[in-house]
Amino acid sequence: MRYLARRLLHSILLLFAVSIFSFAILQLAPGDFFTPIRLNPQISAHTVAALRSQYGLDEPLPIRYEHWLHSVSHGDFGISFAYGTPVGPLLAVRARNTLLLTGTSLLLAWLLAILLGIGSAAHRGKWSDRAGAMLTSSLLTVPDLVLFLALLLLAVRTGWFPTGGMMSAGSEDLGLGGKWKDLAVHLFLPCVGLVLATLPPLLRHVRSAMIEVLDAPFVRAARAHGISERRVLLRYALPVAASPLITLFGYSIAAMLSASLLVEMVLSWPGIGPLLVDAILAKDVYVVVGAVMLSAVLLVAGNLLADAMLFATDPRIRMD
Amino acid sequence: MNLGTPSTLCRDQAVLRVCGLSKQYLQRRPFSRKKIAVTAFQDVSLAIFPGKTLAVVGESGAGKSSLARSIALLERPSAGEIELGGKNSLARSRKELFAMRRQVQLIFQDPSSALNPRLTAGEVIAEPLLIQGEGTGAQRRLRVLRLMEQVGLDPAWERKRPLEFSGGQRQRLAIARALALGPRLLILDEALSNLDAANQALILKLLAQLQAAHALSFLHISHDLRLVSEFADDVAVMYQGRIVECQTAGKLFASPEHFYTKELLASVRSVESILLERSA
Repeated sequence: MRYLARRLLHSILLLFAVSIFSFAILQLAPGDFFTPIRLNPQISAHTVAALRSQYGLDEPLPIRYEHWLHSVSHGDFGISFAYGTPVGPLLAVRARNTLLLTGTSLLLAWLLAILLGIGSAAHRGKWSDRAGAMLTSSLLTVPDLVLFLALLLLAVRTGWFPTGGMMSAGSEDLGLGGKWKDLAVHLFLPCVGLVLATLPPLLRHVRSAMIEVLDAPFVRAARAHGISERRVLLRYALPVAASPLITLFGYSIAAMLSASLLVEMVLSWPGIGPLLVDAILAKDVYVVVGAVMLSAVLLVAGNLLADAMLFATDPRIRMD
Repeated sequence: MNLGTPSTLCRDQAVLRVCGLSKQYLQRRPFSRKKIAVTAFQDVSLAIFPGKTLAVVGESGAGKSSLARSIALLERPSAGEIELGGKNSLARSRKELFAMRRQVQLIFQDPSSALNPRLTAGEVIAEPLLIQGEGTGAQRRLRVLRLMEQVGLDPAWERKRPLEFSGGQRQRLAIARALALGPRLLILDEALSNLDAANQALILKLLAQLQAAHALSFLHISHDLRLVSEFADDVAVMYQGRIVECQTAGKLFASPEHFYTKELLASVRSVESILLERSA
């Protein structure tokens, strides 16, 4: 338990560091949300100064940080300059959408990576393994942006999939089943994009981890006892190969989150991505910090989950 | 060259008889679709008798471990026969092969990687019994505890993981696992190479006791001639994938015939003389 407590403490310290760093970086950026307003001759400098003062932008960074920490304790995460509302509820809706997309994609990508990786390792050097290697190499060479634009083109040209959003207009009138179906149709392309973007490295890691274990003497010993190939793969090799893969699971959350920002932009999924980009362009500081913190929390939570899984499944970690 | 002439070879009832065994690996050339055949060993003939130890010696890359894997049927040989219990193992059905696996067991060089790190010591030893569907859970546990005692491990350690054991203890664990199915032949693939001198002596003693108690036969794959001289009844010398000389241990060490055997023995003696000079 000391291991997990230590990891939790590290995570909390890391989140504090991320928040301070985000605040400092945003302070260094030239201008603020009210800079473009200054160019408007109809708005006086006095009004702009009053607005800056109202939102606390004239205060020094440590004071603003302190105020922000205070608002975090109330769940507000500051006030959005653009929307005029607390950032917390604003982010919550978008975070739910991003979590739905990344969670589904992460699950699917890992499921495919494990199934295909085990298959490739079991048929090492055969045509199916080589075909898989060629496919993953091809996917790795395609930039994410090109991949997502190709999916958008597919949706536009064929009309089989919606080109954006989460629900169709008028979906409120549908029954529960209809609503779920509508959501699944909207989710399909962004999900395929994220899975295709993150699957190749995951699959390669699963394959190489399995091959390493399948070559281990303890597996050879089990084969000498007459163990079936299916049991070797699932009961012997996979649990031992799982440790490095669980660690990779934590990192894959980061890869998935960063890819989701792009896919949300290109395929107009109403998640954190579009909100963050708009906020960065408008210098809506608290929304940017809130979105960065949310990503950091998801990332840290994912890594903590990976640590807990590692602790639960690998006796070598428990021995430490 | 002297092949197949140790005293034991004239006896019948061999536990294992290998005739004209060869193994080739196909290797793909880089940037080419062509494959080249790499010969691991060729035309190997051996016989191992009940309660006896046959050592196969030779330098690294001579094909010793490939031979061990082929005899244990972990790899299918390219040609030849492996006669176990009077029948060619390569011609056996899957079901027969499954049952036959009880008779031949392997012990590997590195005991750390030879034991599943996720299992406890008890589970490691029970693993072959479970795979072969032998006994109930309680019966298996009883056998595990008895085997632990037999190899000099405290049965109270049955819940410990392999990583909690020392190198010598791990090798004892591997031996207990190999003994679980009551095999007739143990293949020791450099099984003592990773141990320090004290542990080597202890494991050698244990193996000798087990051999005497169970009439076990050993195929001892090694590059360490000093160990072989203490342990083997017969010695086969492997050079470039072929058995170039096979004699009783006493005869081979006293009057080697093949130039490679002479070189091997000379190298051991020169190392010993250097050590003696240094200690003097």
